[in-house]
Amino acid sequence: MSSTTLPGALARPTSAVRRRPARARPAVTAYALLLPSAVFLLGFTYWPVVQVLVGSFSVRGFRIAPHWGLDNYARLFADPHFGNAVLNNLLYAVGTVIPSVVLALGFAVGLRESGRVRMAMRTLVALPMLIPLVAAAALFVFVFLPGGGLLDWYLAKLGVASHNWLGNPSLALGSIIAITVWKNTGYYMLFFLAGLAGVPQEFLDAAKIDGAGPIRRFWHITLPLLGPTLGFVAVIATLNAITQVDHVIVMTQGGPSDATNLLLYYIYQQAHQNYDLGLASAATVVSVAALLALSLASLKTLERGMHYES
Amino acid sequence: MKARVGKARVRKARLGKADARLLVLVLLAGAALLWAVPFAWMAVASLRPGAAGAADIASLLPAGPFSLGNFAEAWNSGHFPLWYLNTVLLCGGILAVQCVTVSLAGYAFARLRFPGRSLLFYAFLLQLMLAPPILIVPNMRTLVALHLYDTLAGVMAPYFASAFGVFLMRQTFRTIPLAYEEAAVIDGATPLQIIFRVLLPLARPGLAAFAIVSVTSHWNEFLWPLMATSSPSNQVLTVGLASFTAGAEAGSEWGVMAAGTFLVAAPLLAGFLLFQRQFVSSFTFSGIK
Repeated sequence: MSSTTLPGALARPTSAVRRRPARARPAVTAYALLLPSAVFLLGFTYWPVVQVLVGSFSVRGFRIAPHWGLDNYARLFADPHFGNAVLNNLLYAVGTVIPSVVLALGFAVGLRESGRVRMAMRTLVALPMLIPLVAAAALFVFVFLPGGGLLDWYLAKLGVASHNWLGNPSLALGSIIAITVWKNTGYYMLFFLAGLAGVPQEFLDAAKIDGAGPIRRFWHITLPLLGPTLGFVAVIATLNAITQVDHVIVMTQGGPSDATNLLLYYIYQQAHQNYDLGLASAATVVSVAALLALSLASLKTLERGMHYES
Repeated sequence: MKARVGKARVRKARLGKADARLLVLVLLAGAALLWAVPFAWMAVASLRPGAAGAADIASLLPAGPFSLGNFAEAWNSGHFPLWYLNTVLLCGGILAVQCVTVSLAGYAFARLRFPGRSLLFYAFLLQLMLAPPILIVPNMRTLVALHLYDTLAGVMAPYFASAFGVFLMRQTFRTIPLAYEEAAVIDGATPLQIIFRVLLPLARPGLAAFAIVSVTSHWNEFLWPLMATSSPSNQVLTVGLASFTAGAEAGSEWGVMAAGTFLVAAPLLAGFLLFQRQFVSSFTFSGIK
């Protein structure tokens, strides 16, 4: 490439010998280039973690002098609402991750072939991932409306009695889970479709010639080759189960009787409604610890997942 | 005789196979249609005039007469122009700053050797896990200390650095042959000139992929903008929609609620339908927002 094709500012032959900073001191250049990102990362990701850690050990109250201690954690673990939120979040994670990953895999395997009908079906399944979770919540408020809502209206035609889907403590978490599965399955399907495109057709053809049926081909060839994708999707799905509670905020506010209270909603409640920053900080530390454990355990999986497309 | 039995068996097996394929296709089609039901309801209910009565508001059958009355009412009772403006400013502001920060850092990780490179890279990637919603409590304090609470700039600030963007640009830069830069270096170009004049024009597909993911995730975000702002003039679409639907729900104005939800979701849905291939490849490039 000759210098004349470069934009004008670059075509300065006179400075060629004088300045070669990119090669001269790469380390200094590199740190300078990383600085803008690092400032915001430090300010809004790492400093907050330190801050919340410090805040969780700082004890303040009306009648006691401020001091350091484990009081916030003691109060946190003694709070039945917190234990409940952790338990709910575990149920919510299992209840959303497994069905959405299995359904996404099923859709991807079933709809991978080209063709107009399958393409339209893929689009239908993918669409929910594009709308805000609060918009999904708005639609499902009507879907779950007792009596005249979409679900009950059609169930009534089948002779099923009406249910208070969001108001019944034993149904509410399941209803919230259904929204999440509906919204995220299409997103995960896209990863499986990309992963399936990387499964060599020769392997499948060879197995077919050897007489392996579609089910055996799936279990013994497709699924093992999709391993990294599966791990990657499972990690993102778990992450989403911890960090997305918009539907809980607008639909159930953690209720009824704490049935849909999740970890992040609990933090939101303590910070926003009870102004108990000590408790909120301690609960944040617990969630950050959970996320860090998940990330350290899955760093390799994530990186592998990020590589396959490039 | 033997041959005939064999043939019959083969035919039976083939029929069974065809049946199974048909059954799978029917099941898939049923599931895909079930997936579309909330959208179908949104479309039908938003176009059904309010006077049609509440009895069949759940019906998915598009029966006339249709009217845009629900949209007019939603538009008038919410502050949609303001919410759109704030959301566009939010997404645009975040993206503009991100484009600079991720290009610089992406170049450093792609091309330069320096002590602590892999450690720093992992430190960057950790941000993927620690999503701002989890850190609402300390980040609110930071905003207050910086006098950015209840400003759009405050909502944007935690997103100005993007680990996903850095990763994506690193990958994109690595696909560009070194020869382009070497020519520029010989001509005395500074690193900034190399990044912005030589590499970025060649990295447009990567930037476009990043833009799609970034705009989609911030258009749809709710909890952080809700926490970081308090005055109605700073509300974005999602925050506005939440209060709007609460009102519509209280008045059982389901058609209006469906219309309002459509107004919030429509731009990205339209973008997806128009540029499906680009959206899909952007999302699968990495999967982390």
